[in-house]
Amino acid sequence: MTPLLFKLCLTLSVVLFSTGVVGVLVRRNAIVLFMCVELMLNGANLAFVTFSRYLGKADGQVFVFFVMAVAAAEVAVGLAIIVSVFRNRPSVNVDEFNSLRR
Amino acid sequence: MQIVLFSVFAIAALTGALGVIFTRSPVNSAVGLVITMFAVAAIYFLLGAYFVGIVQVVVYAGAIVVLFLFVIMLLNVGSANALRERFTRTAWAGILLGVGFVAISGAAVWAVAHADMPVAATASAALGDAGHTRQLARLLFQHYALLFEVVSIVLLTALVGVTLLVRFHGRLGDEDSAAQGE
Repeated sequence: MTPLLFKLCLTLSVVLFSTGVVGVLVRRNAIVLFMCVELMLNGANLAFVTFSRYLGKADGQVFVFFVMAVAAAEVAVGLAIIVSVFRNRPSVNVDEFNSLRR
Repeated sequence: MQIVLFSVFAIAALTGALGVIFTRSPVNSAVGLVITMFAVAAIYFLLGAYFVGIVQVVVYAGAIVVLFLFVIMLLNVGSANALRERFTRTAWAGILLGVGFVAISGAAVWAVAHADMPVAATASAALGDAGHTRQLARLLFQHYALLFEVVSIVLLTALVGVTLLVRFHGRLGDEDSAAQGE
């Protein structure tokens, strides 16, 4: 693995993560917000795998495995919450989810 | 050669990622997400992480994005009823934050000197005979066995939580759908 490939992989990981961050702050649709969170997780996973290859150990991939399992659980619960909120107030606009605000 | 392949997959991943945040319809965002997932899985294969690449395709692209599409269809927020979003002030802060983060992290990544990086030439040279998948399995079931069990409990908790969440209907919900659920 050449140093250039290593740096390119890390750069892509950073760009994917920050694209997810920008998406979370820009988009108002709750479902697309969630997709941007998945983008962030993918960026982090790519960094894990890159370092795993660089160090020659598989520990990074074990963590990727766990991150994927937790991401699946999180998506299931988050989408169930969105569906429940949608039943009460038929909107997925996060700007309208302001019942807890005074 | 690796750099060329990586560049192709990286451009695909970036296209998908920008498609997620810049398209109006959530279905188009889901398509962008699938493109990103597949491109990142291809990069995993390039880096020698074969098992993780397969799990990425099966779990992320094959289950999570499909779940997203199910919910989009269930709530009927597809292309025709897509949310008309305003470009708020938070959006400008978000873009600034993203660009700043890329600049700082990119500078940190590229500032590392070439000399002190003892990287192996290929994946097999880095691992010897074991190979990534076998080493991964050995680590997962011996060293990280407790974490493995805890993650199983996390998945079980998520399953129970989702069942509970969709069981109780909101007060403005339909009476007949509550009767159907019983």
